[in-house]
Amino acid sequence: MSPTVLTSAVPDRGPEPEPRRTTGGAGSVGRERRERLAAQVQRRGALVVLALVAAVASMVSATFPTWSNVSAILGNDAFVWLLALGMTFVIITGGIDLSVGSMYALGGVLAAYGAQTHGTWLAIVLPLAVGAAWGTVQGLLVSRAGMAPFIVTLAGLLGARGLLQLVTDEGATTYLVPPGSAFRSLGAGTWTPVLIVAALFGLGAVLLTRTRFGADLTAIGGNENAARLMGLPVARTKLLVHVLSATLAAAAGALGSARLGSGVTTIGVGYELTAIAAVVIGGTLLTGGSGSVGGTVTGVLLLAVIHNLIDQYASQYGSAFTDTVNGAFLAVVVLVQALLARGRQEE
Amino acid sequence: MVPTDRTVLETAGIGKSFAGVHALRGVDLTLHAGQVHALIGENGAGKSTLIKVITGVHRPDAGRLRFGGQEREFRSPSEAQKAGISTIYQEVNLVPMMSVARNLFLGREPRRFGLLDVRRMNREAGRVLAEYGVEVDVTRPLQTLGLGAQQMVALARAVQVEARVVIMDEPTSSLEPREVETLFSVIRGLTARGIAVVYVSHRLDELYAICDRVTVLRDGRVVHSGELAGLDRLELVSLMLGREQSVVRDKGTTAFGAGRRSRAGGTPALRARGLSVRHRVHDVSFDVHPGEVVGLGGLLGAGRSETAKAVVGALGAGAGSVEVAGRPLARRSPAAAIRAGVVLLPEDRKVEGIVPNLSVRENIVLAALPTLSRAGIVSRARQDEIVDRFVQRLRIKTSGPDQKVSDLSGGNQQKVLLARWLCLDPEVLLLDEPTRGIDVGAKAEVQALIDELASDGLGVLLISSDPEELIEGSDRVVVLKDGAVVGELTGEQVSEEGLLAALSHHPADECGPVPEPEPGPDPDPEPGPGIVPESVPQPASDTATGTDSGDEKGTAR
Repeated sequence: MSPTVLTSAVPDRGPEPEPRRTTGGAGSVGRERRERLAAQVQRRGALVVLALVAAVASMVSATFPTWSNVSAILGNDAFVWLLALGMTFVIITGGIDLSVGSMYALGGVLAAYGAQTHGTWLAIVLPLAVGAAWGTVQGLLVSRAGMAPFIVTLAGLLGARGLLQLVTDEGATTYLVPPGSAFRSLGAGTWTPVLIVAALFGLGAVLLTRTRFGADLTAIGGNENAARLMGLPVARTKLLVHVLSATLAAAAGALGSARLGSGVTTIGVGYELTAIAAVVIGGTLLTGGSGSVGGTVTGVLLLAVIHNLIDQYASQYGSAFTDTVNGAFLAVVVLVQALLARGRQEE
Repeated sequence: MVPTDRTVLETAGIGKSFAGVHALRGVDLTLHAGQVHALIGENGAGKSTLIKVITGVHRPDAGRLRFGGQEREFRSPSEAQKAGISTIYQEVNLVPMMSVARNLFLGREPRRFGLLDVRRMNREAGRVLAEYGVEVDVTRPLQTLGLGAQQMVALARAVQVEARVVIMDEPTSSLEPREVETLFSVIRGLTARGIAVVYVSHRLDELYAICDRVTVLRDGRVVHSGELAGLDRLELVSLMLGREQSVVRDKGTTAFGAGRRSRAGGTPALRARGLSVRHRVHDVSFDVHPGEVVGLGGLLGAGRSETAKAVVGALGAGAGSVEVAGRPLARRSPAAAIRAGVVLLPEDRKVEGIVPNLSVRENIVLAALPTLSRAGIVSRARQDEIVDRFVQRLRIKTSGPDQKVSDLSGGNQQKVLLARWLCLDPEVLLLDEPTRGIDVGAKAEVQALIDELASDGLGVLLISSDPEELIEGSDRVVVLKDGAVVGELTGEQVSEEGLLAALSHHPADECGPVPEPEPGPDPDPEPGPGIVPESVPQPASDTATGTDSGDEKGTAR
């Protein structure tokens, strides 16, 4: 008696693919819709929240929607958002990069040093080169030596901070970007930083969705073993992702020093965590395999708007309040993601 | 199939060892264009290692590999793939969260001006998959497809590369019969194009249905290679097992259930009443008596695994009551069930069972630790005593209690899991597919163990997709469909015909009455855990699997 006979003896299993349900086809449509909605919420939930927060703030406050406030939101921290861009790539591969905050500070100091001693060209080349080299070392340790990204980049966080202390004689030396330097114009005003950052995010989005590199890194985060067996360049992709993240962090620091006019040694502490928060709020799975640059944009904007609102209306509670709200957002987003994932598994 | 003598791939004297243990010794394998070559052997015989050597995952310690007339050495899977060797692995090795089209084209996406041409990718993916009878929205994440459809995507992916050799490692383990038929027609298409196919399977019927030649591996060596047609099942099995044919013939390939008497009556070891879990299990009731093996029958997705999980409370809150040896289970959680003496051997031992990085000892005593410890301190001597006892009793083949459990073969891993539960001295064993994916020899041993345990007075609930195993092993069979009981087979009804009748009996509206056993519409002269005979072609479009994520086998991980 073969199972074919078994199957054909059960006519009501025909084209209906879902065996456990007793009702008709309507449930399948409904479930599919629910699933799509769940996927949309995971990807765009932060955007909905951002729109709500911005709408409510605009209604309640007269100052929120003004140009000066919007330009403060966009211009002040725009370069820091690049940390979240690099982090998006690392997290989608299933990794993490804790070194970006330190690398941001180091990049800034190196850029100021370059601008002060040799001019704009070194201010640009030096941080990028050091960032790329740092990322290469971290990437090699992760991809070739098989070390955990958490450990490698934690070491990177400490190492880059230490290097920073060395370059600045433990903070005693402050490098200044000469006031007349062309380098300064990169960070001036609202539009230049925003355009630079927007362009890089745009390139990042294309890189992630429209290139083999992007497909490969998403696949690695989704199922590394499968990616390897499919013949994808796993080690190379992981290496490149770390190079990208460290270089972006150093570049962000360099641009930040162009805006501030000097290399600030104490800056960037804890920025890696804010970057991770923005990425996760944007709907990228911390476990890798799924995420988008657009989500990260939403995440950084949401954090920036909350920061701005608290600065304006709740400053009497102090800045600790900002982190509490950010933390709460993060917890809620991850909770919702987990619930969605569980719901999908149980379907 | 066009028989040809063209050799596509040839290995000579391949040797490979891991940590001093020989996995392969002097293996010669010759693949001919346009032929399907069966590769069989018990677990641990070296099939997987051989495949991994051919596909560049492992590099051989000795021997040569000739491919397309040239001596080659593949250093990575991608090199082998570029050369034209593609592989479909037993577990679907795709990326669940990426879209179907992306999965199909990963690593070789169509590009325009350096960027991926997503539209062309989606269009071509739809066209390609339609050929395999999978009609789905290719932009959906792969994980929303049923396991069978996912396997078809993996197949389409493997075949789409300009392949000259396609290796299939147990491709049918997650397919339903009509999907198996689609697979076979795809294989015939491949061989017609002159592609050499390597087919690994434990299911003998499939081998005879589709394969031309066969190579039998045992303990890392080739013990037979030649035409399949001239070889009968008995010879094949005895070659695999390395036992005398007469022994196999006398004892049969399974001696499951032989010489065991059920002792029904008295207080049931397990009494389940009105088990319900939303959408999955509806009002399921049954008893298991001490010394009795009760089978749970049903097709894929009938709710068998879910029922077993509902008994131990692994599916969260649900209605119904469970009594163990007359004592009701107050709280329904796996921990409470274990304390009461009900243990579940899960279907997917890799995910829900073994802890791969721990040793054999640690895996065995894991669940018993609370009872072994005094004031939180666990005595190593008592652990070793238990481990030794069960390694001997269950005949676990291991180099010692400190061996990592992931280094054991599938059958021995399953025995380690059994040992883990048996050292708790349970009343009831719930066994979900205890012999899936393990080789013939280990299967017989596990079946013999189940018999022994039942004879010792345990109540056993047995779930098996292998009808032969279910029928031979069970004293009674409770038949499920759509999560509800549709019949129960007792005594003489416990037969393949009885099972078939119960399954074909129309369910939905009526539950309970046992259908009369009646002969199936097309009795096969050679009953067995068989797979589709070639004479029953199924239209390929039937395979459209839609949103079958409620697959009993669970979603791909």
